[in-house]
Amino acid sequence: MVKKSYCLGIESTADDFSVGISTFDGKILANVISAYIPEKGGIHPREAARHHAEVADKVLEEAIKKAKIKLKEISAIAFSQGPGLGPCLRTGATVARALAAYLGVPLVGVNHCVAHIEIGKLKTGAIDPLTLYVSGGNTIVSAFDSGRYRVFGETLDIAVGNCLDVFAREAGLSQKRGLPFGAIVEKLAAKGKKLIPLPYTVKGMDISLSGLLTAAVNLLKQGTYKLEDLCYSLQETAFSMITEVTERALAHTEKKEVLLTGGVAANKRLQSMIKYIAKEHGAKFCVVPSEFAVDNGAMIAWTGVLAYQHGIVTPIEESFVKLRWRLEEAAVPWVK
Amino acid sequence: MGKVKTLTLIKKGAEADLYLAEWHNKKVMIKKRLAKKYRPSKLDRQIRVYRTVHEPQLMHEAKKAGVPTPTIYMVDLKKAMIIMEFIDGKQIKQLLSEVSANKREKLCAKIGQLVGKLHSHGIVHGDLTTSNMILNSEKKIFFVDFGLGEKTKELEARGVDLHLMKRALQSTHFSFADKCFKAVIKGYSGIVGDDVAKNVLDKVKEIERRGRYVAERKGESK
Repeated sequence: MVKKSYCLGIESTADDFSVGISTFDGKILANVISAYIPEKGGIHPREAARHHAEVADKVLEEAIKKAKIKLKEISAIAFSQGPGLGPCLRTGATVARALAAYLGVPLVGVNHCVAHIEIGKLKTGAIDPLTLYVSGGNTIVSAFDSGRYRVFGETLDIAVGNCLDVFAREAGLSQKRGLPFGAIVEKLAAKGKKLIPLPYTVKGMDISLSGLLTAAVNLLKQGTYKLEDLCYSLQETAFSMITEVTERALAHTEKKEVLLTGGVAANKRLQSMIKYIAKEHGAKFCVVPSEFAVDNGAMIAWTGVLAYQHGIVTPIEESFVKLRWRLEEAAVPWVK
Repeated sequence: MGKVKTLTLIKKGAEADLYLAEWHNKKVMIKKRLAKKYRPSKLDRQIRVYRTVHEPQLMHEAKKAGVPTPTIYMVDLKKAMIIMEFIDGKQIKQLLSEVSANKREKLCAKIGQLVGKLHSHGIVHGDLTTSNMILNSEKKIFFVDFGLGEKTKELEARGVDLHLMKRALQSTHFSFADKCFKAVIKGYSGIVGDDVAKNVLDKVKEIERRGRYVAERKGESK
């Protein structure tokens, strides 16, 4: 029997600490995620990093147990090198360096945004998609061209996940384990009926969401509208803007697949909108399964496999984290 | 409205369909903004009517600023449709990769001048990509697609306009984007003056630094 090769991936860019294990032929054996949920307010980078350091050993142990492999069987350690929050990234990188040194295996630094695209491709079978990557930290429309994942459109200010989260917090809602703010807003929005006029800001293939958020929060504080209607209007307006620029990029690039990935990809309303434009342009609609939509270690492990197989290794002295590592700056030699 | 003959769809865009047609013995272009069923019908109607009203107004204003745009013949709000002059020519998007480096820079400088004229006249285009510019047989560059434009003299809006131009060059013409953008700026400065150009370019830098455009944030020259 041929000896199997495994890659272990560590994800820690923001509020989630996760360890995933992938075989070299793309079978995900484990994907354990521990979310940091602040008692009040948004993600405090240092508090999140403290959470990551506290749970790291338990998450690691659970992942190894789930994958039913031994630690020494691992051939490479991949980690999320950026973009993300400094303290959180550094915690994950420290764990990764220690593990790689202990096991005597190569370290592979992975771009977090590339990983979201690669796991989407792996799980949906998409080959050369136009990708809409939507999460708490990113809102990017991208497609592969001339060696890189090029950015065709993106938010000029805040990410759509951030926009929904802040609104939910301002409305006094609180998230629970397994029920993030986005899901709560989605539920409330489903009960809304009245479309309240809000700023709709599309600039070329880019969008701006900060004005929309401010307007929605101001209306919320006035107290004249029902929360359900506000959630509905906020979601419809934000998603319409995102869908419009995605359609622009689709018409421009003429890709035959549309991939929806990232944490906000779990939203059913957004899925239905993107599915509609994909159909309009004769493209196949693909959406990443929800387990792999949120930040997860499996996507880092799998992207680590792709990078490692194409000769990318990250020496310890070059393994510093890159807080603002853009998608199109990352080399992706495995994509043709 | 007269009879429209020989409708041929020439482009199914993301926002509108473009038809080549004959109308009162003239070759015309018809731009029709179709309903988008993915968004609520009320929002859809608002967006389409708003853009159908504003686009011809801005195109007319652009003409006054000395920027060639197709002449508007008719606007039908009910159908969210505009009938305008057909410009027979070639897209700058295509031309840039066909011509010599010297010619390319000349074209870009000319584009920069036209953008400068728009801005000086209080208009931002809102979607400055090379596919929205057409060179006709008389060597005149026409600007089209003002659907996302605005009447404003705000520095922020001008900055975003030039930023979009830069981004469009980078994503579609990455091998010579830097040189092209430099030429655009040269033409632009020639119209608005060095002081205004500097303010707008500083704004572009600020927009890029807002967190999403890391190269600028890291203080690199690229």
